[in-house]
Amino acid sequence: MSLFLQNFINGISLGSMYALIAIGYTMVYGILRLINFAHSNIFTVGAFIAFVFSATLGIHWAFAYLLAIIITALVGRLTEMIAYRPLRDAPRISVLISAIAVSYILENLLVMIFGGRPKSFPRPAMFDFVLDIGSIRLPVINIVIILSTVFFLAVLLLILYRTKSGRAMRAMSMDFDTARLMGVNVDQIVAITFVIGSSLAAVAGILVANKFPQINPYMAATYGNKAFVAAVVGGIGSVQGAAIGGVCLGLLEILFVALFPSLSGYRDAIAFLALIVVLLYKPTGLMGAGGKVKV
Amino acid sequence: MKAASKQEKPKLDQVIRIVLVALLIIFTFVCENYIGEYPKRVIMLCAIYVIMAIGLNIIFGFTGMFSLGHYGFMMIGAYVAVILSLPPEQKQAIYYVTGIEPWLANIEVNYFLGIIIGGLVSALVAVLIGFPILKSLNDDYLGIATLGFAEIVRVVINNLITITNGPLGIKGLPAFINIYWCFGFAALTVLFAVRLNRVSTGRVFKSIRDNEIAAEACGIHLVGYKVLSFALGSFFAGIGGALLGYWTATIDPKMFSQVQNFMVLMIIVTGGRGNITGTVIMSFVITFGMEWLRFVEEPIKIFGMHFQGIPGTRMLVFSLLLLFIILKFQKGVFGIKEFTVSSLYTRPKFLDRFIKAKEGKSDETK
Repeated sequence: MSLFLQNFINGISLGSMYALIAIGYTMVYGILRLINFAHSNIFTVGAFIAFVFSATLGIHWAFAYLLAIIITALVGRLTEMIAYRPLRDAPRISVLISAIAVSYILENLLVMIFGGRPKSFPRPAMFDFVLDIGSIRLPVINIVIILSTVFFLAVLLLILYRTKSGRAMRAMSMDFDTARLMGVNVDQIVAITFVIGSSLAAVAGILVANKFPQINPYMAATYGNKAFVAAVVGGIGSVQGAAIGGVCLGLLEILFVALFPSLSGYRDAIAFLALIVVLLYKPTGLMGAGGKVKV
Repeated sequence: MKAASKQEKPKLDQVIRIVLVALLIIFTFVCENYIGEYPKRVIMLCAIYVIMAIGLNIIFGFTGMFSLGHYGFMMIGAYVAVILSLPPEQKQAIYYVTGIEPWLANIEVNYFLGIIIGGLVSALVAVLIGFPILKSLNDDYLGIATLGFAEIVRVVINNLITITNGPLGIKGLPAFINIYWCFGFAALTVLFAVRLNRVSTGRVFKSIRDNEIAAEACGIHLVGYKVLSFALGSFFAGIGGALLGYWTATIDPKMFSQVQNFMVLMIIVTGGRGNITGTVIMSFVITFGMEWLRFVEEPIKIFGMHFQGIPGTRMLVFSLLLLFIILKFQKGVFGIKEFTVSSLYTRPKFLDRFIKAKEGKSDETK
């Protein structure tokens, strides 16, 4: 039982990180109908900027992380301005290729600056100890991850449902053109979306770097793919769906390994298998609104 | 009208065709015998990319099905071809960790047959997963599902150690592959795609791409044709993957990744969707470009200052160029212009008007 509980918390903390990245994917897809392949690299950029501030420059971790989140948000905004905005009316595949190009550019910039070898990430001493509750061993970082995910999710939902920009975002994800006709400043709202998505990705990057105190420029692919799967499983375009999808995938992955240790090699397949099964039975995802095809 | 113009100059067409084929044969002969090892390998790689790109072009360019899982089929083709064709003695040496499944240990087919079977197995797998996936999914969701499938293939290959040798991969493949192999397969692939473009099946594919609902209303069996297109594309992916495996002389689960998929996707999009001429030309341009760009990572001297090459620069420059192309030519460099034999002697003005008329039509249907 205690083993189950421990795995359960592990799963939720892994899932929270997927969820944070997935939110960025799902918001951009909801509004622009674009699979933003560069998003997973924004996540890595966040981790590396935090690394520069806290390890290389030796700033106190709280400020370092805050700076990292802000700068990553600006990087995300910049990519939108350079690579996606000029293509707003282009065929969607062109925008997708553009996103792929941006993803390569970010990844290789990191390789050029930091090299391809993994770097060890300094974890603040505060997050470094392990709680022992009865027979459960609980690393504090897992609790930090879960709590910060809940916090940022709450902030995001407040923005989405209690502010004007949030309402504009929801309107645009329902119908881009009509929202534009109703006087929504489309470019500004898209920019805000990228800022929010990128800052959440930065948070996820910092949390991942803290949990496995090691970062490398190529870690984008593993987390990015699974986070995207989480977004699709939850119902792409829905923030709540992304959060639920992320947590479900994290749990599924950890519990699968815990229950069938002999099949642990198939760990990475389980997320994709879940994806295909969910897509086949509910193509728009768990929380997705069923879109009707108009003739 | 088309039939009339065909009858006017059929002889000239025929002659030009023969000359072109002869030129191609001479070209391959010269490449095989008179140029260095490095350019030869690059040219072989170009031809392999032609095969894989045309495979995806059938799926994505012709039929409009967005697939991000092309590399999964490349993997299947490569593994099937290599495992079938490897000599038994070499298998013993390679599978030294866990041994090989007994029923595989003594199989040895010749290379050509192995590659074809690789393609066929890819196509078979495509049919099996195609029916459920293509029936219910479209667009980006299809892309993600195929991506998921390809990742599953990779994980399975990683874990079936007695069949695939797992993460160690299969190394030291016989280096029999040469220009003739690559160009032979590439030429057959191009020929097939050109024929497909003209027969009714190809037109059905394009009608599905342009308007699925209208196509279904016209009595087209949507899922059947989609699966057919998916299987054809995957067949070529398998063959391309097998050739790429032999070209590299080693295969392992990490060799095929989204990188190949994106390369192929870039080739198609920059060349123009559904455009065979564009696909062939861009395969060569992009593959050569990637190789040529290697110079940016070498140490260079500018004004007496010595710069050390920084790894990663090549992909950076390549991506920037790609971004530029995408921003500049949104419909691909070649749009929908196809190379035809008759275009060699027809007035370009006539060609322009013809293309404009065609573009107008395709805009209307959207």
